[in-house]
Amino acid sequence: MALTLYEKIFNRHVVREDNGTYLIYIDRHLVHEVTSPQAFEGLRIADREIWRTNSILAVPDHNVPTTGREKGILDPISKIQIDTLDDNCKKNKLMQFQMDDIRQGIVHVIGPEQGSTLPGMTIVCGDSHTSTHGAFGALAVGIGTSEVEHVLATQCLILKKFKTMLINISGTLGDHVSAKDIALHIIGQIGTAGGTGHAIEFSGSAIKNLSMEGRMTLCNMAIEAGSRAGLVGVDYKTIDYLKSKPFSPLGENWEKAVTDWKNLVSDKDAKFDKKIEIDASSIEPQVTWGTSPEMVCSINDKIPDPLQEKNLSNQKGYQGALEYMGLKKGTSIKDIKLDKIFIGSCTNSRIEDLRKAAGIVKRKKVAKNIKLALVVPGSGLVKNQAEEEGLDKIFINAGFEWRDPGCSMCLAMNADRLEPHERCASTSNRNFEGRQGQGGRTHLVSPEMAAAAAIHGKFVDVREAS
Amino acid sequence: MLPINKHHGIVIPLDRANVDTDAIIPKQFLKSIKKSGFGPNLFDEWRYLDHGEPGINPKNRELNPDFILNKHNYRDGTILLSRENFGCGSSREHAPWALLDYGIRIILAPSFADIFYGNCFKNGILPIQISDELTDLFFKKALSKIGLNLTIDLEKQLIITDDDKYNFKVDEFKKHCLMNGLDDIGLTLVYGEDIKDFENNYYNQYPWLTK
Repeated sequence: MALTLYEKIFNRHVVREDNGTYLIYIDRHLVHEVTSPQAFEGLRIADREIWRTNSILAVPDHNVPTTGREKGILDPISKIQIDTLDDNCKKNKLMQFQMDDIRQGIVHVIGPEQGSTLPGMTIVCGDSHTSTHGAFGALAVGIGTSEVEHVLATQCLILKKFKTMLINISGTLGDHVSAKDIALHIIGQIGTAGGTGHAIEFSGSAIKNLSMEGRMTLCNMAIEAGSRAGLVGVDYKTIDYLKSKPFSPLGENWEKAVTDWKNLVSDKDAKFDKKIEIDASSIEPQVTWGTSPEMVCSINDKIPDPLQEKNLSNQKGYQGALEYMGLKKGTSIKDIKLDKIFIGSCTNSRIEDLRKAAGIVKRKKVAKNIKLALVVPGSGLVKNQAEEEGLDKIFINAGFEWRDPGCSMCLAMNADRLEPHERCASTSNRNFEGRQGQGGRTHLVSPEMAAAAAIHGKFVDVREAS
Repeated sequence: MLPINKHHGIVIPLDRANVDTDAIIPKQFLKSIKKSGFGPNLFDEWRYLDHGEPGINPKNRELNPDFILNKHNYRDGTILLSRENFGCGSSREHAPWALLDYGIRIILAPSFADIFYGNCFKNGILPIQISDELTDLFFKKALSKIGLNLTIDLEKQLIITDDDKYNFKVDEFKKHCLMNGLDDIGLTLVYGEDIKDFENNYYNQYPWLTK
């Protein structure tokens, strides 16, 4: 029978089935400081052991400061959480990249970077953006803390089969249009609940042409379309990316693995529950204008009139969003002035993102009305690579701050945040109310669009501005 | 886990779609390493007029009188009614912890985000998917002067009003665990030998994953 990629991976991990409820074996468990302490405590209270310690890779990322690390963590509450992770890792002999380790970074950046994410794996993490790892033809889902504890104790997850959705993106993306724009465009089309209950596979020529970084950006945003898992089939780019990564298999094992991985694509006649076709050439640089990623339009559009929306509940939602965002219907996106710029997050902090943003910023200056422009690399290794290429100097010369790796202003758990009413062009994944700081106003964009906005102090079409 | 069998309570109508986990419990409260104590900060940014930080005594804060949780009729509510895609966003279990700590045991909405939906069952909260028509009807009643009291019968899968009964669907396994307050780790560990057998075969077939 012809199978989808999702079904192929799912099937090889079934430990047992009971009336449509499956016990699924988990290969890799990524752990960070925010969603794990209660899970470790639960194990301790029940006197349970960790089933397979070498499936775990831990890293602090959500809370870590992005500046002045030599002074340690000044926020005492954040410090407790990071110390607790240290403690749990030491006691249980788990591999952890601590804050002063060059390999430390955002959990969804370091997994692939280390080859800890491999095709065909089941991967979990107590973070919804775990969908990122699906870019490697892995089944990667975000889980809550109860499930973190369940996986620690049993190496398994209780799951039902997801439905499957294929989003085929044919044609070629325009210049300066990126994976982030594809993701936002899709969410604009299908809504933030469009993928609920489904695993979304992305296919088509535009996906083939994306780099692994681009595919990660796209799968990362699958959760913003409501889907716990995004997937891309394995091809030569996947294999090239993983070759000689620290955790990747070696020698004979590498050969065996590659032979297996080449089958990790959906069969030609595989049936999906839903199929969506998108023409890549129709996608323009995207900007969100509201408080949900589905409230999005193209850079050349105007803010929509909520009253044009047929669904009454949406109408109210749009009105509330515009009020929160301090925006009026009919305003051109290009007339929106900004206060802060954030380039970073598990969506867009990889080397390619930084290269592209630096390409826009080179020999230019950040506009005077921008109070703060931040670049937060996704990992210590991304930061190093960028510095070797001189990208840090480009950003610093333009007036950006060049920070240490972490989640930073994507969710503002550390000191990096927006003040009330401050408006930010951000390469992160969520524009929810208060996400980047109470009262803060977030516009989601690609790294190039954020870079161009920094230079002009407002949104511009990066295709014209570069 | 606190089991649910029959629950009777006042409905709190939170008339918003896409209520996200950042709204349910803002990130500054995620720094706790405990599961309890999140209730006073449930919907913090909507519920209070001042900015909340961990450690601030909620008694000294300024309530937002317009927010539904603060209105007199709904203060003792234990059933939350909301619009589509409730619980979207993060996987943080702090969201159901905050709801539970506040006293919410049942959530009614036309649709839920997947991760949040699963997280509720693991923490003694029953999320119930209801039709758009029923959502509208319940909002109308809950927002009226007399308000809306409901009885939820999990065993019979019924929502009971003064004059009507409505069926709802729930996964059998999840229902069983919730009714009995069962911890599913214990249930899975019963199959420990199956997991070991699986591993033996699995690592023979995929030897590069043994590392």
